[in-house]
Amino acid sequence: MTELYDGPDAMRPGSDLVIDAQDLRVWYGSERGPVKAVDRVSFELRKGEILGLVGESGCGKSTLGRGLLGLLPEGAKMDGHLRFKGEDLLALPKKEMFAKRGTELGMIFQEPLTRLNPLMRISEHFEETLKTHERGISKAEVERRSLEVLRVMGIPPTRYRSYPHEFSGGMRQRLMIALALVLRPAFVVADEPTTALDVLVEAQIIRILHDLRREFDTSLLLITHNLGIIAEACDRVAVMYAGEIVEIGDARDVFSAPQHPYTRELLRSTISLSTTGLNFIPGAPPNLVAPPSGCHFHPRCPDAMNVCAARHPVERTHPNGTRAQCWAADLRDGMASDLTSEETASLPREEISVADEA
Amino acid sequence: MSARSGSLPRYVVQRLLLVIPTIWLIVTMVFILLRVAPGDPVSAAVGGKLDEAALDARRAALGLDRPLIVQYLEYLGDVATLNFGQTISDNRQLIDIVVENGGATLTLTLGAFIFALLVGIPLGLVAGRYRDSAGDVVIRIFGVVTYAAPVFFVGLLMQLWVASPLGWPTSDIASPITKFEVEPVTHILLLDAVIGGNWDAAWDVFQHHVLPCVTLGLLLCGVFIRLVRVNVLQTLKGDYVEAARARGIAEKHVIRRHAFRNALVPVVTVVGLMVALTLSGAVLTERTFNWPGLGTQLYQYLIARDYAAVQGLVTFFAVVVVLVSLLIDIVNALIDPRVRY
Amino acid sequence: MFRSLLSPFRQTTGIARWLLLTGVFITAVFVVCALFAPWVAPLDFNQRYVDGVKLPKQDPPSGEFWFGTNDQFFDVFSRVVWGARTALVVVGLSVLFSVVIGVVLGLISGFIGGWLDRLLVFLMDTLYAFPSLLLAIVFSFLLRDLLGGSVVAVAFALTVIYIPQYFRVVRNTTVSAREATYVEAARAIGARNHTIIGRYLFGNVIQSVPVIGTLNAADAIATLAGLGFLGLGIQPNEAAEWGYDVSRALDDMGAGIWWTAFFPGMAIVLLVAGLTLVGEGLNETVNPVLRKRRLMPVDMPANEPSSYLAEGDAAALGAGAPDPRFREDEPLRPEHEHRRREDESR
Repeated sequence: MTELYDGPDAMRPGSDLVIDAQDLRVWYGSERGPVKAVDRVSFELRKGEILGLVGESGCGKSTLGRGLLGLLPEGAKMDGHLRFKGEDLLALPKKEMFAKRGTELGMIFQEPLTRLNPLMRISEHFEETLKTHERGISKAEVERRSLEVLRVMGIPPTRYRSYPHEFSGGMRQRLMIALALVLRPAFVVADEPTTALDVLVEAQIIRILHDLRREFDTSLLLITHNLGIIAEACDRVAVMYAGEIVEIGDARDVFSAPQHPYTRELLRSTISLSTTGLNFIPGAPPNLVAPPSGCHFHPRCPDAMNVCAARHPVERTHPNGTRAQCWAADLRDGMASDLTSEETASLPREEISVADEA
Repeated sequence: MSARSGSLPRYVVQRLLLVIPTIWLIVTMVFILLRVAPGDPVSAAVGGKLDEAALDARRAALGLDRPLIVQYLEYLGDVATLNFGQTISDNRQLIDIVVENGGATLTLTLGAFIFALLVGIPLGLVAGRYRDSAGDVVIRIFGVVTYAAPVFFVGLLMQLWVASPLGWPTSDIASPITKFEVEPVTHILLLDAVIGGNWDAAWDVFQHHVLPCVTLGLLLCGVFIRLVRVNVLQTLKGDYVEAARARGIAEKHVIRRHAFRNALVPVVTVVGLMVALTLSGAVLTERTFNWPGLGTQLYQYLIARDYAAVQGLVTFFAVVVVLVSLLIDIVNALIDPRVRY
Repeated sequence: MFRSLLSPFRQTTGIARWLLLTGVFITAVFVVCALFAPWVAPLDFNQRYVDGVKLPKQDPPSGEFWFGTNDQFFDVFSRVVWGARTALVVVGLSVLFSVVIGVVLGLISGFIGGWLDRLLVFLMDTLYAFPSLLLAIVFSFLLRDLLGGSVVAVAFALTVIYIPQYFRVVRNTTVSAREATYVEAARAIGARNHTIIGRYLFGNVIQSVPVIGTLNAADAIATLAGLGFLGLGIQPNEAAEWGYDVSRALDDMGAGIWWTAFFPGMAIVLLVAGLTLVGEGLNETVNPVLRKRRLMPVDMPANEPSSYLAEGDAAALGAGAPDPRFREDEPLRPEHEHRRREDESR
């Protein structure tokens, strides 16, 4: 096992941004109006970096993941700025996008049980993928490269010609990862890769994903609702709420000193052996067609002020390097000098009744 | 989980063992149903023609005067040795009827199936692929209409609008000359003509086949179209299809390899179910086209109210369905590796 | 309740909705004919005389006899209309009987389980695989002697064919309900047996019954016509029946008399097609896999520049100041490397 040391050269900050996303929006049409699944999301990802994307169900993280790869369903519209290694992905014609998928962009899905064609052997899956992107490749070469990546995933070569249903869930997920990585894409989105798996298998998979940068030099966007995974595997974390990124920064910084109340409440709701009382955030995730005015979180926020319901907070960089959009955080760090005292008064709130929660 | 696929031979044996009780059940059901009727088979069939003494003699000869349970057991034994009994009205052995007329029904149903597969499956694939397009709607309506139109009506229209203007044959399996010339070897007329090297006769038989096969085939076509279309719609939504797209597999390839191929696998199972439909349709088609197959025989014995003949023929049909289903299941196990578990 | 009846119409889109509506319309026309036959049809189904004058034989369609007359001196149009009543009554009865018997047997089989269940399942599967026309032939052969060729007798003959489908659905739902987690959960919150049956099981089953029922009805009409064609269906003096009319018209075709076969035949085609369209349309709504969501257009207003770059930052950025998104001064998280090394040594 080689020494786990990535030299400082490998990841000079600011150099080659793999993903540069600005003001991304993904909206769906519906009878009640556009569903703003992703509403002005900005983030960046460097080479070999692992960015965790965390949030409640329905906050838009899966949509964002799919949108980055251009896998949105019919009826969804996406705009904004999205650059992959400097290239504008949104302006790319379909054919070129297909060419990039698999070779430069990869995706690992949530439910491994159904992601493999039950009538095709594993070897045929690999042949299909490799032959699509490298026309003249020989079968022997396909086998060599496939077995190599399978070895890294811990799958013995004797299983190469087996069918998907002969593998357990955890092994199938490893197969999926192997398939996604066989062509060494520079950027991989992992959409809740371990949600459907049990805890022990989850640990193994997360380990594999964490080591991807070492083995394959991959940048990873790890989407999950499990904070523990983020803490364990991610360099940076983005917290998503109601289609927006409310806080983004270094994982340790965000976890030790969360700026946004939502992040804080999320951290407080996680359960550990030392938990004595259950914490939860009252209320329910907002309606994405007509989200609350101003800051979308204000109805559920313990620190809400009057301005929070009136104006949408501006995203700012805080002293510890984290970016967040929150009036209360701004106030605390002395960055909201232009707010009146009336605006900074606490927001009077009605009790969130039980009916509202349901 | 083992690394090897499940064993095919074991699956075949399991299915074979299941066939036996199924056939037993069918034979019993048919026997009960036809004997439960009041009156007895002999008087129903030949009651008006013979006097009482002769009728009694007939009954004794056929063993109809013995207790029902004895008759039943004997019948079971007969079926096991492929002796489906004897007709009452004209004293023919059913096995002979099957041999002589079965060939015509066989070629009719096979021809219809081939037509339905060749036309129905591609149409179903196209309809599913281009959902809600003009082509999809037309194909779906075509599928519904061909299924809705009764075989005898379609046959009639065919005779009127297609055969007459074109001068094609509209009834029977071959011209009298052909029937006279061809030596019955296998009793499958088309095959016998080819075996005998009589190409004119073979062509004549083939020509006679076209209309009836297309008529029955259209009925089956409708089922295939609807089924394949639904399967394609389902597979296109499949998770593995999305995963393949995420790996950059070209859309055309995704459709062909993942959607279409996986959509067609259930078709094999349904073919097994369609055998029943085909036989029902064959009975009607034969009547419409005066086709000398088992369907016509059944019809004639129905009119003659010959219980024994009806019993034997229906049992035979049902057994055929069971055996063909078995065959289909085995084919399915060969194609779909999941089934063997 | 009304809302759930209307939901297929509201939820289907475009083509599916049109097909469903067409099917409903066609079926409705026939239902009207069936219900109001005495008023829609000018003559009775076996009426040969009008005011003492005998009808012409095999007269082509005319102003007086819209669909012409047949070789039995009957008015074809009237026979078609009366035939609608026959078809719908027979089929309605048989589907009703099938549903009742199938559901009851399914419930019993599902609840009791054991050998009775296995036996019934085996029996039903065999029945289901049996060619439907042959089964109908056997039963009508049998019932002819018992009940004659009346409407009820033929309905009975058809009933048996369709019992297995309802049996299957109900039995499977009942069996899965015994073990289903949602039933367990319901019991855990104190739901009583009749609530479970009424709300959970029944709801599941009731969704598929209309689809199965309509498709069964379509098949039954085709089978009824088949029986009539073979001479085994409704006795001609009992009621008008389309299949029988077509069988009598077989020879007419050669003589150029097309109307005696064409109109009854088309009636069969239209009614079966109509019912099938309804059944398929319902299936597309009920079956979530096939359902297609309505696509609404999305209006996106212009995208304002990102809010993170507050005015001050933007100006500074332009002047070449370090990108505030990254902290240039720090190498990449030595603490992380420490942590990883610790992991390795474990």
